[in-house]
Amino acid sequence: MKHIYLDYNATSPVRPEVLETMLPFYREQFGNPSSVHWAGRQVSGALEKAREQVASLINASPAEIVFVSCGSEGDNMAIKGTLDALKDRGNHIITTAVEHPAVLETCAAMEKAGYEVTYLPVDKNGELDLAELEKAITAKTVLISVMWANNETGNIYPIEEIGRIAKKYNIRFHTDAVQAVGKVPVDVQKANIDLLVISGHKIGAPKGVGAIYIRRGTRMTQFMHGGHQERNRRAGTQNVAGIAGLGKACELASQELVSYYRRVRALRDRLEDGISSQVPEIKLNGTPFRDRRLPNTLNVSFAYIEGESLLLNLDMFGIAASSGSACTSGSLEPSHVMGAMCVEVTLAHSSTRFSLGPETTAEEIDHVLDVLPTTVQRLRDMSPLYNCGRTAEGCETCETVRRL
Amino acid sequence: MYTDKVMDHFTNPRNVGEIEDANGVGEVGNASCGDIMKIFLKVENNIIKDVKFKTFGCGAAIATSSMVTEMAIGKTIEEALELSNQAVAEALDGLPAQKMHCSNLAADALHEAIKNYITKNN
Repeated sequence: MKHIYLDYNATSPVRPEVLETMLPFYREQFGNPSSVHWAGRQVSGALEKAREQVASLINASPAEIVFVSCGSEGDNMAIKGTLDALKDRGNHIITTAVEHPAVLETCAAMEKAGYEVTYLPVDKNGELDLAELEKAITAKTVLISVMWANNETGNIYPIEEIGRIAKKYNIRFHTDAVQAVGKVPVDVQKANIDLLVISGHKIGAPKGVGAIYIRRGTRMTQFMHGGHQERNRRAGTQNVAGIAGLGKACELASQELVSYYRRVRALRDRLEDGISSQVPEIKLNGTPFRDRRLPNTLNVSFAYIEGESLLLNLDMFGIAASSGSACTSGSLEPSHVMGAMCVEVTLAHSSTRFSLGPETTAEEIDHVLDVLPTTVQRLRDMSPLYNCGRTAEGCETCETVRRL
Repeated sequence: MYTDKVMDHFTNPRNVGEIEDANGVGEVGNASCGDIMKIFLKVENNIIKDVKFKTFGCGAAIATSSMVTEMAIGKTIEEALELSNQAVAEALDGLPAQKMHCSNLAADALHEAIKNYITKNN
């Protein structure tokens, strides 16, 4: 059976060019980049090359890039490092209700530690109201943390406008750009960003490597203590092979951004249009304005059926997607993103995300469109909610869990 | 994650549907937790002659519903009331730990349907 991978927002395969770049650092170029001898010298240049490649993709200087182990580490470092460094100035963070757990749970931990957090609500399309953001700012606000793009819906947030607001009030601005980098143009200067987080495995580099952009002059309390690596900003011997891979992936992303966007967007639109025309009673989750969504992401709920059972059925056809149902989140509640958007609870359990990648083909999308309508119908025929005259719960009675 | 038996019952669920002249109907679960199971019974002379189900839920919810219908057919209502969620899970060679309490409700649905039958017939 042919495998069709439509879960690129979860992770992506390592690209062959990236792997080629990495392999020498597992064999002959094995040195510790901090060593002064030949073995160390062989690899220290690779780190600096990767730093340039990453910096160039986001319009930063190489000295502003610090390598970390993953996106979550970068987000933890940005939030905790800022709050501690600025504790004399204030104790308030503004973030959104739809952040990735790497930000949301870090903020929740900071709340327990005595900080104050405002979680900005989103509307039914998952969009932010920037007037709300401005209203939330107080004299004690030290950090605004808003994701560049949402992993579940693909919604792209107005980062440049948020950057302007942050600058106006002289508040530090952090963005989790894990889903945006490599998919849409990301420019830290234009958007006035102080801290930006990148994850390797979302863009064709391996798992276990990421980067954080720290604007020059941004005071941070050290998060990982130890050796003097990364100019004392992140201790620990660098993951040289992973970092070289991340650099290569960023270089490829710079070169291919325009063609990637055009190609993947056309395939995503084909999938979106196909589902809309072939499957009745669906709900798009996220903004209906396709330009304001990542080009590769489609999140849709199929009324009357539950997400995990749909995923298992698609899996039998070799199709890999993901869901916001409780069953796939490991908790009893459906996705907090669907909750924040006030998606009716059974529809939240049914939310299904298709996220495409550079390897996705038109044949694969057509195969999904062949299989999906009958699969959805089969599960609907099994559902006690289908054709039974029940109406969806209204927003007032819906018990979807909202953080706010 | 799931055993072969779970996948078998999920892929080819037995006794899906409704019984038009059912004399016992039971439903458990709620939309919030993502599982709703509805069981339809046809009881004759105290014996369960036919069972059908409709389920909104995950793989485990559908598989346990299917399994409980197979286990219940031919049993007396007293025997069927003895069937436990645990027994259904065991008949499927087990369920993942996190599914044991949220999606393993099929025997409860069966019991609700039997109670409905008893109420109607007394």
